[in-house]
Amino acid sequence: MSELSLESISTQYFDVLKELGNIGAGNATTALASLLQCKVDMKVPQVRMLDFKDVGAALGGEEQEMAGAYLAVEGDITGSILFLVKKEIAMHFVKKLMGDMAGDDLGEMERSAFKEISNIITGSYLNALSTLTNLCIYPSIPDLAIDMAGAILSVPAIEFGIMGDKILLIQSQISDDIEIDGFFIMIPDMESYEKILKSLGIIIE
Amino acid sequence: MEIKVGMADLNVCSAPDSIITLGLGSCVGVVLWDKTLKLCGMVHVMLPDSTTISKNSNVAKFADTGVEELLKQVLAKGAKKERLVAKIAGGAQMFTVNTNSPTLRVGARNVEAVKKKLKELGIRLIAEDTGKDYGRTVVFYPETGEYVIRAIGKEPTSI
Repeated sequence: MSELSLESISTQYFDVLKELGNIGAGNATTALASLLQCKVDMKVPQVRMLDFKDVGAALGGEEQEMAGAYLAVEGDITGSILFLVKKEIAMHFVKKLMGDMAGDDLGEMERSAFKEISNIITGSYLNALSTLTNLCIYPSIPDLAIDMAGAILSVPAIEFGIMGDKILLIQSQISDDIEIDGFFIMIPDMESYEKILKSLGIIIE
Repeated sequence: MEIKVGMADLNVCSAPDSIITLGLGSCVGVVLWDKTLKLCGMVHVMLPDSTTISKNSNVAKFADTGVEELLKQVLAKGAKKERLVAKIAGGAQMFTVNTNSPTLRVGARNVEAVKKKLKELGIRLIAEDTGKDYGRTVVFYPETGEYVIRAIGKEPTSI
């Protein structure tokens, strides 16, 4: 049984995650620009460790309506990844991708389009992680939930809850015509954390 | 006043105040109510079982220890155990991908664990709105015993 806890993860690991966020956002920006056929910019992502009670507020309130794509990850590491944006932002992406074909709400077609976008964005991050660590990482097909931020977040919070009382959040800001805040929550199991850190040459204190 | 209960948190409340927890997903909001005193307590549990997890110091996080602690706190406020009844809500399954993963079925497991604990403590469960696949914001009014459930795109209901 591992003694590693989330709280003991060093500032070094934060830097690694930031770098990962940077590369991932870079990849995602390129992929999005070609998919949506427009210019997309990005800012330096923020990586934060938050108490459960503060996560809702960080995302704009527990009742904020959001679209969340959740994927399971397998390969050398196991775990899951959640990509979250406000519902308006999901609609914005979908309209960009589908043009006039998009309806005013997230129906089946629109959901499917948003899943594709989530796939590309999360794939960009997972590629960055895979390249940095030399680990094989295979994502599953994403499942989508459009609901209150708190309810969607309960899923990763529960997974983090097994390890401690905090959650690790990567916030990326990308923009095309509007500013877009995208949130990532990566949830490797504890063993996978160790594998990731080890493959990056980080010694756990 | 509206008293807030966060994730993995608990609190007590008397009329005319109400008690609320926002955006329950797979977590369960358990209310214990003493009708005579118009007093209640609410716990927002995340996980079913504290005994399988080494980091279990936050008692409100788990169904087993959370319900027990909630009972202790409402009794300390003067509630009588034989008058207490319970109402529960939440325990949804938000995502269906990779359903072999025990954490995705955690909503149903949380509900089961809460019911088991209530039974063990001899507290009668009089209403529930659990399961399904959507988030819930829940407000309890100890004055009337109404447990109001709000969800996106649905009319509020009271159980």
